[in-house]
Amino acid sequence: MYAAGLMNVVVNGEAREVSARTVRELLEELGLGDRLVAVERNQEIVPRAAHGETALTEGDALEVVHFVGGGRGQGGSR
Amino acid sequence: MSDTQPEIQPPDDELTLGDHRFHSRLVTGTGKYTSPEIAAAALAASGCEMVTVAVRRVDLSARGAGSLFAMLSEGGYTILPNTAGCYDAESAVRTARLAREMLSTDLVKVEVIGDEKTLYPDVPGTLEACATLVKEGFTVLPYITDDPVTCRRLEDLGCAAVMPLAAPIGSGLGVCNPYSIELIVQQSSVPVIVDAGVGTASDATAAMELGVDGLLMNTAIAGAPDPVRMARAMRAATEAGRDAYLAGRIPKKLYATASSPLEGVLGAGS
Repeated sequence: MYAAGLMNVVVNGEAREVSARTVRELLEELGLGDRLVAVERNQEIVPRAAHGETALTEGDALEVVHFVGGGRGQGGSR
Repeated sequence: MSDTQPEIQPPDDELTLGDHRFHSRLVTGTGKYTSPEIAAAALAASGCEMVTVAVRRVDLSARGAGSLFAMLSEGGYTILPNTAGCYDAESAVRTARLAREMLSTDLVKVEVIGDEKTLYPDVPGTLEACATLVKEGFTVLPYITDDPVTCRRLEDLGCAAVMPLAAPIGSGLGVCNPYSIELIVQQSSVPVIVDAGVGTASDATAAMELGVDGLLMNTAIAGAPDPVRMARAMRAATEAGRDAYLAGRIPKKLYATASSPLEGVLGAGS
């Protein structure tokens, strides 16, 4: 454990160096602490209640999603 | 004799999807609006109680509050997450699970697209995703082709409704195959919701007159030059079509039938 060190993770397909050690810390570091999001870590959903205790490990792939305006088809328009 | 006559009113008419009940039979999308204010006004004018939203990666380079969620919460809308943009069963299932975690809802509009140009559904992919999601306890509402056999398969899997397209997404062509839609209505014991293809108010009424239980639309409202007014038109059109269907239309006849009494016409007889 090297408290001050940075860890390499992939968030939404983008490689990042983060100081966060848990999912909750990661969301705070990304400025998403108060946003309604859902998180997948290595393709497994991390329930909101477990964000604080779910530790990140080197090389983790995380998906952070929210919802946006959309009806169908490509969706995703804001 | 009492002079208080019972008021003649049609009975209350609700749309039931799983454990969810709605008075409005119009479900709207939240995409393509030019501003959140216009979206909010159009949703209100449509009278809809449920709105569908897409699930996407957060753009980490952009900052912005969740204004959409605030608006939908304030409006008291039931949120129907969709799997729009998914091209295979696996990503649709992942998207549905994320949506459930985020919104604490069992509702999901399953969309597995099979073709980029027509945005027609991938039928095997849709069946696979629905089978998994029904087993996981979701209230599954699949977007699907207007094929009665596929709709029956989806119903057999345990979907809470079937949502055949009237025409391709965003095409505004109206109900291209009323025969298929009518067959689906006849055979289904779950609600039938026409999802996609409605272009204007008369399309909405025509679909409802076929006996479908509801309509889902986005582009017809959001893409109209005056979305708020079109939303109001769609509300009235949906209600008109539903009432006309329940009331029952008169048979078509080749010749005229007078609607005024024939007796007592001036100059008639002697």
